[in-house]
Amino acid sequence: MSCFDQPPILHVQPNEVDMSSPLMYGTPSSRVEGTPRSGVRGTPARQRPDLGSVRKAPQVDLHSDTDGAVASEPNAGQRLVIWGTDVNVGTCKEKFQRFLQRFTDPNSTEDENAGLDLNEPLYMQKLEEISVVGDPVLNVNCRHVQSFDAELYRQLICYPQEVIPTFDMAVNELFFERFPDSILEYQIQVRPYNALKTRNMRSLNPEDIDQLITISGMVIRTSQLIPEMQEGFFQCQVCAYSTRVEVDRGRIAEPAVCRNCNNTHSLALVHNRSVFSDKQMIKVQESPEDMPAGQTPHTTVVYAHNDLVDKVQPGDRVNITGIYRAVPMRVNPRQNNVKSVYKTHIDAIHFRKTDEKRLHGLDEEAEQKLFTEDRVQTLKELAAKPDVYERLSSALAPSIYEHEDIKKGILLQLFGGTRKDFSQTGRGNFRAEVNILLCGDPGTSKSQLLQYVYNLVPRGQYTSGKGSSAVGLTAYVMKDPETRQLVLQTGALVLSDNGICCIDEFDKMSDNTRSVLHEVMEQQTLSIAKAGIICQLNARTAVLAAANPVESQWNPKKTTIENIQLPHTLLSRFDLIFLMLDPQDEAYDRRLAHHLVSLYYQSEEQMEEEFLDMAVLKDYIAYARTYISPRLSEEASQALIEAYVDMRKIGSGRGMVSAYPRQLESLIRLAEAHAKVRFSEKVESIDVEEAKRLHREALKQSATDPRTGFVDISILTTGMSATARKRKEEVAQALKKLIQAKGKTPAMKYQQLLDDLRGQSETAITKELFDEALRALADEDYLTVTGKTVRLLA
Amino acid sequence: MIHINITDLWLSNYLCLLDVLAASQNNSNSGWETKAVEFFQDQLKERDTHTLVPSLNDVPLHYLKPNSLVKFRCLIQDMFDPEFYMGVYETVDPSTKTKMLRCGKYKDVTECGVDFNSRNTVTAERQTFYCVPIPGENPWVKEISSSCLTEARVVPSTSYAPSRQKRSYEEDDDMDTQPQKQREPHAGPHSPSEHHGNGDCKRQETEAPSSQTASASHLDLNFPLPGEKGPSCLVKVYEDWDRFKLNDTLEVYGILSVSPALSALADEKDASSSLLDPAESMETAEEQRVHSPPASLVPRLHMLHAKPLPHNNPLLPSIPVLDKESTLTVVILSSTLSEMASVREEILSYFTHVLLGDALAAEYLILHLISNVYSRRDVLPLGKFTLNLSGCPTVASYTERFYQIIQQLVPSSHYLAMSLQNMNQMRLVPKKDYVANRLVSGALQLARNTSLFLDETQLEQGQLDTTGVRNVTALGNLISWQKVDYDFNYHQMEFPCNINVLIASEGRSLLPSDCQIHLQPQVAPSHLEESLSSIHMHPQASSQLNKFRIYLSMARLLDYSISDEVTKSVEDDFVDMRKDDPQSISAEDLHRMLVVARLLSLSLGQTSLSRDSWLRAKHIEMLRRSRMEQHKCVNGNEP
Repeated sequence: MSCFDQPPILHVQPNEVDMSSPLMYGTPSSRVEGTPRSGVRGTPARQRPDLGSVRKAPQVDLHSDTDGAVASEPNAGQRLVIWGTDVNVGTCKEKFQRFLQRFTDPNSTEDENAGLDLNEPLYMQKLEEISVVGDPVLNVNCRHVQSFDAELYRQLICYPQEVIPTFDMAVNELFFERFPDSILEYQIQVRPYNALKTRNMRSLNPEDIDQLITISGMVIRTSQLIPEMQEGFFQCQVCAYSTRVEVDRGRIAEPAVCRNCNNTHSLALVHNRSVFSDKQMIKVQESPEDMPAGQTPHTTVVYAHNDLVDKVQPGDRVNITGIYRAVPMRVNPRQNNVKSVYKTHIDAIHFRKTDEKRLHGLDEEAEQKLFTEDRVQTLKELAAKPDVYERLSSALAPSIYEHEDIKKGILLQLFGGTRKDFSQTGRGNFRAEVNILLCGDPGTSKSQLLQYVYNLVPRGQYTSGKGSSAVGLTAYVMKDPETRQLVLQTGALVLSDNGICCIDEFDKMSDNTRSVLHEVMEQQTLSIAKAGIICQLNARTAVLAAANPVESQWNPKKTTIENIQLPHTLLSRFDLIFLMLDPQDEAYDRRLAHHLVSLYYQSEEQMEEEFLDMAVLKDYIAYARTYISPRLSEEASQALIEAYVDMRKIGSGRGMVSAYPRQLESLIRLAEAHAKVRFSEKVESIDVEEAKRLHREALKQSATDPRTGFVDISILTTGMSATARKRKEEVAQALKKLIQAKGKTPAMKYQQLLDDLRGQSETAITKELFDEALRALADEDYLTVTGKTVRLLA
Repeated sequence: MIHINITDLWLSNYLCLLDVLAASQNNSNSGWETKAVEFFQDQLKERDTHTLVPSLNDVPLHYLKPNSLVKFRCLIQDMFDPEFYMGVYETVDPSTKTKMLRCGKYKDVTECGVDFNSRNTVTAERQTFYCVPIPGENPWVKEISSSCLTEARVVPSTSYAPSRQKRSYEEDDDMDTQPQKQREPHAGPHSPSEHHGNGDCKRQETEAPSSQTASASHLDLNFPLPGEKGPSCLVKVYEDWDRFKLNDTLEVYGILSVSPALSALADEKDASSSLLDPAESMETAEEQRVHSPPASLVPRLHMLHAKPLPHNNPLLPSIPVLDKESTLTVVILSSTLSEMASVREEILSYFTHVLLGDALAAEYLILHLISNVYSRRDVLPLGKFTLNLSGCPTVASYTERFYQIIQQLVPSSHYLAMSLQNMNQMRLVPKKDYVANRLVSGALQLARNTSLFLDETQLEQGQLDTTGVRNVTALGNLISWQKVDYDFNYHQMEFPCNINVLIASEGRSLLPSDCQIHLQPQVAPSHLEESLSSIHMHPQASSQLNKFRIYLSMARLLDYSISDEVTKSVEDDFVDMRKDDPQSISAEDLHRMLVVARLLSLSLGQTSLSRDSWLRAKHIEMLRRSRMEQHKCVNGNEP
């Protein structure tokens, strides 16, 4: 912008003409000459290309029009405004100064305000900070402006190009009044952010042009730094007379005639005495969450100027506050013909990264989904219903029939436990996420459940054990082909931080890949040491995995471990392990058939009536996850203790351990999740009851010893039931006796030995059992097996 | 002065539209535009007038008059960012200083002498879609739809006379105050041919516009399938763009714009120094090339009206069948419905012949070809019926011949040989190219109801690399969930699709499928060769073929319901079957049987499930299963 092509101010008080009119702001003259006010003197103003790099149009012929309009204004003295707006510079400045001096926000939760006294005027403290630190940027939350003075806010949104310079003046006056001695590199610039008109990119329309907007999105590309000439320095080749020409709407007009010697075309541009400012083009794409289904994301061009350059990197999620611009495109400079399309971009004034702290801590800001009051009311009403738990669980994947307990388990997983921090006592974070493993026959809609969950949660990831490698799950280091920079690319587990990672075909995963999960599923972190990058990433993800039995059908005669062949170390990290088996009873079959048939002929509306809307469920979960963090009540802790003691007791009668602290932790998590379902801040005994019930149900399915029919937790914790272990030892001893009885034969036939043992034993000896016994004896260094011969060792 | 030059003689019945346009040119608030568009849409609905509009699919671009009304049958391949344009602007005549309001809608380039400072300028918003001809559209569809058009053109006085066209073109230029435009090299490489070829235009005009694609070789037109031809088009949408989705198939009616000034922009780009004009430097050269390609290769089409296409079979009326009020549809429906059973017999015997005498496989092939994802229940697509035809003979390129037959019957299809090389190199999943800011298409970006023929017999042993694994996963996802996860680099986005996948393999396919049937040729191996060669020889009268084509498209569009009574009996059946042997039938089997029953009913032209059809569905399922078990025993290594 320049003062020459636009006379925006019709009237200002005479003593302010020089320094306070926005049209003078940032022009070279003011920069060179300084300002008349004592404190501001000597501190150069810095140009703000973000505000004025592109003026829409010079309103040359309108001068006369406006004159008339203003003359007709009755009380012209006070009502004079910047042309084209209703902004009166004096009032505006005054209002803003009042805002700075008076505004307090006692309930502020913004991290930027940490350490400030919330009962004192907020922005005065920030000015003080500026005087100490010397970083002349004042970020102003538009929401604060709005709550303080709605009119001022409206003006700021509608005429940012005029209002922000006014704010700058106001703040500088105030600042140098307060801190006359401070030395700043240049004058303070006001950077408003969080314009309440926050929109997603899709809703931007021509009405927003030249207004202050805040949009959110993801940076997809940044250009290299573009030096943009703000002022050209020309020198006459003949008489060495020099002149400066300012940029005017993106162009610098080369002076044709030297004003000193009147030679034509004698002026040459001197590059290194011209003034440039930094500029960078940034492409921002809509966040995937904002997009309607079936459309591609929109992108917007953002220009960052001066110190905002290189503030963001591709992949960052940002909130951008800036001025929306549209510039007509010229088809050809030689032609006057114009392509009737405008190019649009945003001049960035303020960036705010939304995922900045993703690697360090909980990102409250991003999680915070805005709920309208109506919505909150609906959700609360729903929560107050006594059967909310059942309602929600039946709303989960309605196309999948029954499996009520599994759905309830997954529901609790969606809500998760309460995050607790014990880092002060040295144990670090307790896992709050519930991990669930589903195993069962192929074709029991496990994958469908996983797909459903993946579609339901905002940060869900879906991978298949077959297709994923350890690298794909964790993170890998990539060299950016352009910048040769090493970039850490995160994999599924890190991406689903604070979400759910659905892993299908868990059993088909390579051991290498699976080993990564050990750390994630208990410590909730991921350590990476690759290509010189050593780091620990958060992966606070809940794992929902599905596994098929090794023999294509589930063998009820075998334990869970034997059926799915997963290491028990991993299995014990699942809070709930469910079997999805076909219950074989007639009533079930009938209900199932009815369900399926109706799936095929009912219209969609009919189905929707029956169940809760998926959107409501989504909001319900999001609300509970954000706002509810239940704590254990006295009564509930007692109940939990009892439950744990009971669990231990069951086993102790038979000389087995039937519960470990891990199970207690699971119970706590489940109880907390259940309290969340009820929107309750307190975990009560009903929550514990349900947690106990669900845990028991899951155990009954997965940890029942097929030989004895008892629930035996050691199947999951050690991979073998206590009876099986006992049996193995017995057989090994019997075999040893048998061999000893044979006398001094150094070698025996394998088959012969097996037959002998079978003949001797009262119980059936399977080949596997025999092999295991042999292995046990081999471990004792008693014998070795080579092919079909068994040799005794000395 | 008339600004929107849809003044062709053959469009004479639209003259009133033009009058409205011209009369209200200087009065932007009169709502003329909505009226005009409404009028136009009514005209399209009322009569067969839409056949009078030349189609961009059939008529080479250089035969079409700029600024005339054309139609385009296409698929939305990519959606660009919305753009702001001058809806209304004012021009100043340099000599007389008179100001004039002009309308910028449906145009790319403004008149000269725009007054940027005018207060009357109205900025409006429009959206650009990158549209390509429906991928995999089979030659017969193109032939028939273009022949419909020429027939229509023979109508006296509405016929499209290329000799006239030239003159009107010149008139156009005379009116144009920018004579430079004409001399612009980008008036297109076709302008000479236009002058030479005036005499034989009539003969040429129905030919596919192949000459264009030849010169387009340096420009990637981003067709989903390799080897596709045809014009792609930038469609400008003025209202309600939210109702369009990626991969929708549309018939767009709009005003063709091929202003060479548009391409000049791209040329000039390279030369101009971006330093002085920062407004233009925000786009990379790649982006420029993609978003403003030369208009002679990628014309612009300003949409007046768009008709979503429920199918692209030119033999069927394009009015959605659901629209029961349309008498035409009812007539066709009732007459075809009664015939359907008999046509089914014919097509069954034809397929039996094609499938080497295997009637059961032929039955399943019919069911597969009329399957359609008609609804989605949370994540579950209902109605899909992926068929795995195992046991295909590998001799005499049977699968390829088989595909050729399918190609003759369905409107769009694609043959994908699953060779190792293909799987490791092909781009199946569309990927966002952030440098050029476009969605680079992949072979799985297909229109609804496209038949995808996967030839697994081409797969040999070897190593799949990362791309290969990803491709196989994508195919698996497509089959199981009818969705494709488009790669947006930083995240993936899921796009639902509706593609009929047919897998031809030797053994059981490595990909999942809804239904597997093992081919049992009734032909002795020694005669296989002979029998195979006779398949193609089989003379199929084109009327016969057309009957089949109508049948297959029709069956897919029918409504379907299950009465309470039949529901009950289905339930009873299921319970009974489970009672005898719980292992014999699982929930998944019931799912499949319900789909089979649905498709079987539809194939017979019945819109509700009858007891008979249910029993028949059960019967063929049983036959199929017993065949599978039998085969399992023979092979032993089947899972």
